[in-house]
Amino acid sequence: MNRYALWQYLIIVISLIFGLLYTSPNFYGESPAVQISPLRGSVNVDNALLQRVEDALKQANHSTDGLVLEGNSIKVRFADTDTQIKAKDLLESALGGEYIIALNLLPNSPQWLTSLGALPMYLGLDLRGGVHFMLEVDMEGMLEKSLERYSTDIRSTLREHKISYTGLEKLDKKLILKFRDNESRTKAQAELKTNYPDLGFSEEQVDSRYHLVTTIRPEARVRMQDSAVMQNITTLRNRVNELGVAEPIIQKAGADRVIVQLPGVQDTAKAKDILGRTATLEIRMVDDERDINSALRGQVPFGTELYQERGGSPLLVKKQVLLTGEHITDAQPGFDKDNQPAVHINLDSSGSRIFKQLTRDNVGRRMAILLIEKNQAEVVTAPVIREEIGGGRVQISGRMTSMEARDVALLLRAGALAAPMDIIEERTVGPSLGAENIERGFNSTLYGFLAVAIFVIIYYTAFGVISVLALTFNLLLLVGLLSILQATLTLPGMAALALTVGMAIDANVLINERIRDELRAGVSPQLAIHAGYERALGTILDSNITTLIAGIALFAFGSGPVKGFAVVLCLGILTSVFTATFVSRGMVNLVYGSRRKLNYVPIGKIWIPAPGTAIHTMQSHEMDENEEAAIAKGKIDEPVTANIASQVSNENHNTAEIVNQTSGSTAIQSEEKIARKRGKRKSSISKQPKQ
Amino acid sequence: MEFFRFKHDIPFMSWRRTGAVISIITFILSVYFIATKGLNLGVDFTGGTVLEVSYSQTADLGKIRNVLADLEMSDASVQNFGTSRDVMIRLPMKPETSSAQLSEIVMTALRQADSSVEMKRVEFVGPQVGKELLENGALALLFVSLGIVAYLAMRFEWKFGIAGIIANLHDVIIIVGFFAFFQWEFSLTVLAAVLAILGYSVNESVVIFDRIRENFRKLRKASIAKVIDSAITQTMSRTIITHGSTQLVVISMLLFGGETLYYFSLALTIGILFGIYSSIMVGSSIIMLLGVKREDLVKIEKKPLENDGAVV
Repeated sequence: MNRYALWQYLIIVISLIFGLLYTSPNFYGESPAVQISPLRGSVNVDNALLQRVEDALKQANHSTDGLVLEGNSIKVRFADTDTQIKAKDLLESALGGEYIIALNLLPNSPQWLTSLGALPMYLGLDLRGGVHFMLEVDMEGMLEKSLERYSTDIRSTLREHKISYTGLEKLDKKLILKFRDNESRTKAQAELKTNYPDLGFSEEQVDSRYHLVTTIRPEARVRMQDSAVMQNITTLRNRVNELGVAEPIIQKAGADRVIVQLPGVQDTAKAKDILGRTATLEIRMVDDERDINSALRGQVPFGTELYQERGGSPLLVKKQVLLTGEHITDAQPGFDKDNQPAVHINLDSSGSRIFKQLTRDNVGRRMAILLIEKNQAEVVTAPVIREEIGGGRVQISGRMTSMEARDVALLLRAGALAAPMDIIEERTVGPSLGAENIERGFNSTLYGFLAVAIFVIIYYTAFGVISVLALTFNLLLLVGLLSILQATLTLPGMAALALTVGMAIDANVLINERIRDELRAGVSPQLAIHAGYERALGTILDSNITTLIAGIALFAFGSGPVKGFAVVLCLGILTSVFTATFVSRGMVNLVYGSRRKLNYVPIGKIWIPAPGTAIHTMQSHEMDENEEAAIAKGKIDEPVTANIASQVSNENHNTAEIVNQTSGSTAIQSEEKIARKRGKRKSSISKQPKQ
Repeated sequence: MEFFRFKHDIPFMSWRRTGAVISIITFILSVYFIATKGLNLGVDFTGGTVLEVSYSQTADLGKIRNVLADLEMSDASVQNFGTSRDVMIRLPMKPETSSAQLSEIVMTALRQADSSVEMKRVEFVGPQVGKELLENGALALLFVSLGIVAYLAMRFEWKFGIAGIIANLHDVIIIVGFFAFFQWEFSLTVLAAVLAILGYSVNESVVIFDRIRENFRKLRKASIAKVIDSAITQTMSRTIITHGSTQLVVISMLLFGGETLYYFSLALTIGILFGIYSSIMVGSSIIMLLGVKREDLVKIEKKPLENDGAVV
C-alpha cells in the first residue's frame, strides 16, 4: 500500500533536478562588472564597439574576466571592484557621451545555467544597497497649468472668431468667461465646444451678467493624468540614464505615483539631486520692445518677467506660455551646416504644429526656453527665430560651445517633465548595511534550519531524517521558484524564508504524530504509515489554506518589503504542502514501502499507555462498537482509512507493543490480511456516494 | 522519545472559566495600554525621516545632538541602535523642507563634525504615504479575518469560523498590547508579523477543530466537553512540537536577524506563545459557548443498504 508508481517518483526526481538547477545560480556569487549601453535608442552596440572596449582596456593594462555582448549592451567583468572603477573611468573618457557606462554586478553562474534561464534571485534594495523613491505627480499643479494654457487658447479662439467677451477669470479649477449678452455666449459656447472636446461648459447667470463656466471634463482629466505620469516616467528614465545605473526600476504605482529604484547607487545625493529636479520646460517669447533698463530698476512691464539668460544678459520674457516641455521628444547636441555647435530638438506632432505657427508669426524675434525648477525659472537659451520651422525638427545654434550645446540638450531632454513631482517616500540603504542584511537573513535561516533539523531528527529518528530531507527539498524548491520568477528578495523575504522552515515542519509533525497515534492504537507498521499520511492530509490542507489567505492579503495590501514577505510566504506554503505530503511520502515509500517485513516504524520510541486507562485504546474500542453497528446498518460515514484502521486494530490488538515485540510471522500474516481486506473494502466503498 | 504522555484526557473544558477570566483580563489590559499609552508607530506610519549612521568609534550622542541643534532640529531623537557605534536619528515631519534635502543637510553636517560617519540607511515617508500604509494594514487585517471566518465556516461550520477568528484576534490584540506597553516600535514589518501570526495561529485552531470533528464521529456517546478535551489532548504533542520548531527559527531570527528583524521576531514570539494558549482555551471555549452540536459537523446520510455486501 505504501508504494508509488514510477511516474510519482519521476515527478519527485524532476522537481528535485528543477530545484537544484534553479537554486544553484544563487550560490555562484557575483563579480563586479561594467555595463555599457547606448544613451539613445538609435545608437547600436555592436562588435565594433566591443572591439573598441577591448582595445581600450588592453591599452590601459586592465585585465578583464571576459566581455560579452548581450542584447544592446556590453558587459565587462573584472576580478575586483578596484579595476572595475578604474575601467569605468577609462571607458567613460574613451567612448564619450554616447553611452551609459554603469557599474554593475554580474552573476558568476556558468553559461549553460544562464542559457537555461537559471538566474540568481534579484536582491532587493535592503540587501544590495541603493535608493528607493516614490514620487507623486502634482496633479493639482498640472491641472492648474493646463487651465492656464486653455485660457490662453480660448482667448485667441474667441479673438479669431470675433466674439466679444468682457473677461476671463480663473477660479478654483474653473475658467469663468464673462459675456455681455446671451447671444455671444451661445455663439462662444458653440465655437469652443467644437474646438475643445476636453472641456465641459455650463451657463450661469450672475447679476444680469452672462457667465460661461468652463471646466476640464473628468475623463479628460484622467487621460491627462495618465499621460502626464507616463511622460514623467519617460523623463525620469532619461535622467536615470544620465546617472549611469545598471538596472534601474522605474514604474507606475497607482494613479499618480512613480516608483524609482536605483540599486547599487552610492552617491545618493547626486541621485536625489537629479531626480528631485522637478523641472519643467516652457517656451515663451522674449520681449525686446520694452525697456530692459527700467525693468532692471524694478519696473517690470505688465505681462512680462525679468530673467537672466544662462551665462548671458538679462532679458524680459512674456508671461504667456506658448509651448511646454512635454512636446519635446528629444534633444541632442550636434553641429549645424556651418559646423557650429548646435542643439537639435524634436517635437511631437501637436508641438510641431504650435511651433510652426509660433515661428511664422515671430520671424526675427527671440524666443526663450525656460527651465523651471521649484518655482525658480532660468532661461536655458534665447535664440532668434530665423524662419518658419515646420515638421517639428528644430535646430538651435550660434553663440555656444559644444560643451554648452551638450548641457542645453541634456537640460531640455531631462527637463521635460509634464507635471511637477514630489518625493513622498525615500528609502536609502548603504552598501555595507545591504551586505550585513544578507548575512543576517542567511544566518537566521541557516541556524533556524539547523536547530529544527537536529530537534526533529532526535525526536523522530529515521522519520525525522526524512522530514528534514523533505524540508531541505522544500527550501530548494522555494528558492528555485523564486529565482525562476525573478522575485525580488528582501530582508523580510528572507525572514519569510526562515519562517517557512519553521512552519513547513508543521506538516511533517502532523504526519509523524498521526503515524505514532496509529501505532499506539496498535495498527501494523505499514498501515500506520499509510493512515498517518492519509489522515494528516486534510488537516495540513486546511491549516495551510488559512495561512495562504493571510499571505494573499499581505500581498494585496502590503507594499515594498511586506510584499516580498508575502510572496515568499505564499510560495513557501505551496512548496511545503508538496514536499511534506508528496515528497516525504515518496521517500518513505521508497525506503519502507517495498519491505514485506516491516516490524517496526523508526519514528522514535513510542509510549503506549497501559491498557484500559489510555484514551486512544479506549477510543478505538468505542469506535469498534460503532463500526460494527454502522456496518450492519450499511451506514458508513467514516473515511476509508478510518475503517481499515479500526478493523485492523480490532484484530491485531496483540501487536500493539510494536516497540518491543517482533513476532515476524504475525506481522506478515496481518499485513497480508490487511491487504486482502483493503482490496475488498475498496470495491465496496467505490460504490458509495461521497459524503 | 516522547515528551507527552497523557494517560487521560486533560479536562481543558472544565478550566474554561479560568481561561475566560485570564483572556478577558489580558484582553482588557491590552486594550487599556493601547488606548492610554498608544503605539510607538514607526516612521512607516507616522511619516518623517529616519537616518541610521555608523561611526568608526563609539558615537558621541551629545555631539550629534549639538550638530542637530545647530541645524534647528533639536526636536530630533538621537539614540544608539544595535551597537554603540550605530546611531539612529529620527526627524519629525517638516512640511517646509523636502525629505531629500533634509537627510542631505543632516548628513553633510554630521560629516563635517566627524568624517568617519557612514550613512547606512535613510528612510523618509511622506505623511500621506504613512496614512495609506496604516489604512492598508487595517484593510489587510479585515480581509484576513473575513477570509479565515469564511473558510472555516465553509470547511467546518460558522461557529468554528467565529471561534477561530476571535481566538486569533485575541492574539493580535495581545501582541499589539505588548507593543503598546513596552513602547516597542511598531513598524511595517511588525504589522507583517502580526498578519502572519493571524494566518499561522489559526492553523492551531484548524488542527484542533479537525480533531473535534473526527472525534464527534468516533466518540458518539461522549459529551461535547469530552470530545473537545480529547481532541485537544490528542493534538497537544503536535501543538508543542510544531510551535517549538517555529519558535526555534524565530529565536534564530532574534539572535542573528539584526535590528530590522528584532521586533518582527518579538511579535512572532508573543504570537506563537499566545497562539498556543488561545487555540486551546479560547477557540474551543467559544465553540462550546456557541453551543456546538454533533449534528453541526457529522452529517447523517441515508444510504441504501444493498451495496454494502463486502463487509470484512
